[in-house]
Parts: sequence; structure tokens; C-alpha cells
Amino acid sequence: MPVVPTPTTLTEATAAIDDREVSHIRNDFPILAQQVNDNGLVYLDSGATSQNPLSVIEAEQEFYEQRNAAVHRGAHSLAVGATDVFEEAREAVARFIGARSNEVVWTANATEALNLLTYSFSNATAGRGSDDSRRFVVQPGDEIVVTEMEHHANLIPWQELAFRTGATLRYIPVDDDGALRMDEAAAVINEATKVVAFTHASNVLGCINPVEELIALAHARGAFAVLDGCQSVPHLPVDVKALDVDFLAFSGHKMLGPTGIGALYGKADLLNAMPPFLTGGSMITKVTMEGADYLPAPNRFEAGTQQISQAAALAVAVNYLQETGVKRIAAWEATLGRRLVEGLQQIEGVRVLGPGAGTERIGLAAFDIAGVHAHDVGQFLDDRGIAVRVGHHCAQPLHRRLGLIASTRASTYLYNTTADVDYFLEAMASVRSFFGARS
Amino acid sequence: MSGALEQLYQQIILDHSKLRHGEGLRPAPDGSVPGESHQYNPTCGDEITLRLARNGEQITAISWAGDGCSISMAAASVLTEIVDGGISEADLLSKVDNFRDVLRSRGTIEADEEVLGDAAAFSGVSRYPARVKCAMLSWVAAEEALLASR
Ligand SMILES: Cc1ncc(COP(=O)(O)O)c(C=O)c1O
Repeated sequence: MPVVPTPTTLTEATAAIDDREVSHIRNDFPILAQQVNDNGLVYLDSGATSQNPLSVIEAEQEFYEQRNAAVHRGAHSLAVGATDVFEEAREAVARFIGARSNEVVWTANATEALNLLTYSFSNATAGRGSDDSRRFVVQPGDEIVVTEMEHHANLIPWQELAFRTGATLRYIPVDDDGALRMDEAAAVINEATKVVAFTHASNVLGCINPVEELIALAHARGAFAVLDGCQSVPHLPVDVKALDVDFLAFSGHKMLGPTGIGALYGKADLLNAMPPFLTGGSMITKVTMEGADYLPAPNRFEAGTQQISQAAALAVAVNYLQETGVKRIAAWEATLGRRLVEGLQQIEGVRVLGPGAGTERIGLAAFDIAGVHAHDVGQFLDDRGIAVRVGHHCAQPLHRRLGLIASTRASTYLYNTTADVDYFLEAMASVRSFFGARS
Repeated sequence: MSGALEQLYQQIILDHSKLRHGEGLRPAPDGSVPGESHQYNPTCGDEITLRLARNGEQITAISWAGDGCSISMAAASVLTEIVDGGISEADLLSKVDNFRDVLRSRGTIEADEEVLGDAAAFSGVSRYPARVKCAMLSWVAAEEALLASR
């Protein structure tokens, strides 16, 4: 059986996903069958990390059992085979987002992808790279734009780039409900803007941002558009060419893949004009004691021995998503998201963050519940076998803006049933009375 | 519902988390030396600022302000009860050590009510390693505040 599927094996079903189909899907995920605190596990934390189907777990094992070797080095058969697996995986992931394979750079995760980008920009600013690299120079007077709802991974690397270069960091604010102030966006993004970096879907609010509009605004001002796809690529159809986005970062572990692998998409002409971030073996052509020449993208950005088994497994994950159908998954999660929000809004004292019922959202909902701290909510739910995320979800500025320190987040994926959501809502209905919270 | 959750959230803890002794920072009384500490738990955002007043070897007053889960707020409240009315520095430090030992014991050390008062109700927290930090937040702040007042 080939480790990496070919496109011809992909057949997308058309009927909508329902609980019956999900019960079959669940059989593919061994971890979901376990008991937690004497209850069946109800996993509602896929926004943090998703679970893996057996085929993905086996792909990593199969790589080590049969194909393990260093890639792009050595002429022995095993090395050639490993290189094939590695590069076919890149093709599969590239195809998944509508990219060409030389436009996908492997990274450890989205965080590393965004750091790669910002450090490449500052290396260009420091004079490294070619004449073509001058377009990535960031200097005093330049502006970098993010949004107030960013995950720290798409905020701090830009703050640091601004500190290193003397550029100014600006942000598009959110309103009291957490929606992006698009009326402000047109003013915040201006002639001085060098980069606009924003999330496709918020890991806290669940909203899907008007990314086409933001990309168009950035391009109209000659700025690069950088998309954080952590919460969109796993859950929604994303086509980088249709979006015309310049860069896109995402993580494998949030899309049924293993930890330790993520990717940075970049338009080929941009990647090939950027100086490297990490340097060393595997990314060079000619090296002397005085300096080195670098390979084109994507290898230019992949110094050192890479995450090969993880790449192989991620390709299987992507295949799983495609076979199930990303559009169908998105529709199912929208159903679950609606059910979550509608149910939560009926519980006394609950304030759902982000768009209310009736507005488009991915299958997650974060909320505050009057009189009970998020940490206590999480503990109470865990006692019933329900796994949710509590805290600031790596979005402290957003929480502060919404007047909160922490919130509780339930996030779904293709393996969650409506029964999972209902069980969670039922538990939520008794949280306040358990803690004796007064109305 | 498993009984384990009631072991963690004992009624004493829930009561202290609502009727919080010592909440609201107050200046140290005239003639005493203040010591203050701010503690922050970056994983959940819980924080506390705690102030002690020292007269020689005696700790004579305590007050605090914070925001956090019921465990962290209740732990600050029971600590206030221990300090209120005066306690020697050595005595307070030994109670902090004792509280820490109980919390880190994973359920193997039973708290002594004679030593810890209402804080003995936190024994159940030791079975939840992720919550030990919550309970320790104010107690660590007290240790630091003691140092600051020296
Ligand atoms: C929107 C968003 N951006 C970035 C990240 C960072 O992902 P990772 O920790 O895999 O780099 C996450 C996940 O936590 C996320 O939800």
C-alpha cells in the first residue's frame, strides 16, 4: 500500500454528514473509545489539537518499519525511497490548499512558520539575500498590521520584527462582540503598510474573517497578506490561489496529523526572493569557508534533518480529510457550532464570545459563565469525561478587550456527534448550581 | 458525578472562594514594615498581589487582591485566617512548607487541621497536579512578601 495516496483514490461523497456517518468515522480514532473519570471521553478540544485516525498513526510506524532514511542525501535505495515519501507528502499537502509543491515549506508548526517569515524579513532588512530580497526590507516608518483577535503566534513574531527593525505595529481593532472593525481596516492599512497578518478563523470567537477583503486591502497598498490558517485549513476549504494570499501558515496536529509538522505556504516568486531563516545542512548549493549559496525554495528554508515520518503521516491525514470531504466537514461543524451556541445561550449566566446564533462560525464556542471561573468549569467538565480548553487560549489581548481574563472553549471536529454537544450542554446546565453561583 | 469532585471542591473551599477573607489591599499599619509580592500564573492568567505587615519577628496583618479560580481565591482566604491575629515568621514559613508538602503529595500526605486550619480542606487538590499551582499562588506570594519585608 503506498504511504502517500494518489489523487485518483480520492472520491468525495456528496450527502451531508450525519450522526450515523460520524459513528463510523469515530471507529477510525482509537483514542475516542477510552473512558475518562468513569465516563466515555467527550473530546471537545480539537481547536487545541485534533486526534489521529489509525491510518495516520500507522503511517508513521510504517515509515520507521520500512522506509526510514535521511532524505535528499545519500544514494542508497532506502534514502531514495524516503525522499520520495517526503516529497510526495509535500505534493499532497500542497494540492490540499491549491498550491504547487515548491510553494510549501515544512516547519515544526504554524508558530515556526510565522517566525520563519518574520526572521527572513529581518535578514533581508540586515542586507542578506539578493537584490530581489529588498522587497522584504522593513524599516522605521514602515507599518506592520495585525488584528486584535490574533493568537500570540501571529502577534508576537510581528511585535519582535517591529522591535528589531524600528517599524510600527498597528492593529485592526475588534468591536464589543469581537467582530473585526472593517470600517477601521481601510484606515489602519495604508501606504506605509508593509505586511498585513491576520487569522482566517478565530480560535476564540469562532468567526470566519472577511479575508478576501483584507487581502485586497493589503494588495491595494502594496503590502504582503499573511494568513494564519490554523483554524481554517483543518476545517474549511482553503484555496491559496483563489484567495491570492501571499503567505499561509498552518499546523499538522490540528488537522488529524501528528505533532512536529506544519507548513508555510508562500507564492513561489516570493519564497525564492527571501533570504533563509535557519541555516546549515541541506539548504545550500556551494559552501566555502567564507560563505554559501542557497538552494531555491522550499529547501532553502529546510535546514537540517527534517520531520520525515510526520510528513508522511500528514499526507495520510490530508487524504482522510479529502476522502471525507472538506466541504462536508465544514457543513457538519457549522451544524455543531450552531447547536453549541444556541444551547449555551439558553443557560443562565452564559455569555458566548464572538458572533451570536445565526452568524457563520466554525464548530467552536468560547464563553464566560457568571460566577464560575473557567478553570473550575474545565475541572467540573473533566469529571464527566468532557475535555475542553480553559484559559486565555493564547489570545490575551482579545480577552482583555472583551473584559475577561479567561474563558472556556468547546471545539468540535468531524468525529464529534450531536450527542457530544448535548452531553456537554447538559453538564453546563448544572455548573453554576454546583459552585453555588448566584444569579 | 464522581465523589472525587466533591473531594476537591469541599464546601469549606467553595465558601471561602465566595466570602474571601482579606480581600482588598490595605496599607500596612503604622509602625510596621510592609512586604508585598505579585504572583502570576501564565497558564491561566490568575494573579494575586499580597501584602504583609511585619513588627520584628511577628507578622501582624495581611491583605490581598486577585483574580482567579475558586481554588486560588479560597487558598488566599484560608491563608488570611492563619495570619490574622498575628503569627511569627518562623511559624508562617513552616505552615507554608507543610501546605506545599501536602499539595505535592498526590494524596499520600493527609493534612493536619491543627496545623493548617481550614487550609486542611485543600488535601483533595493534591490529586489534581494541574491545580496545585492555583492553590499555591497566594502562599508563594506570602513567602515572597516575607522576604521583601526583611
Ligand atoms: C489561530 C491559531 N494560530 C496559531 C496557533 C499556533 O499553532 P501551533 O502551536 O501549532 O504553532 C494556533 C493553535 O494553538 C491557533 O489556533
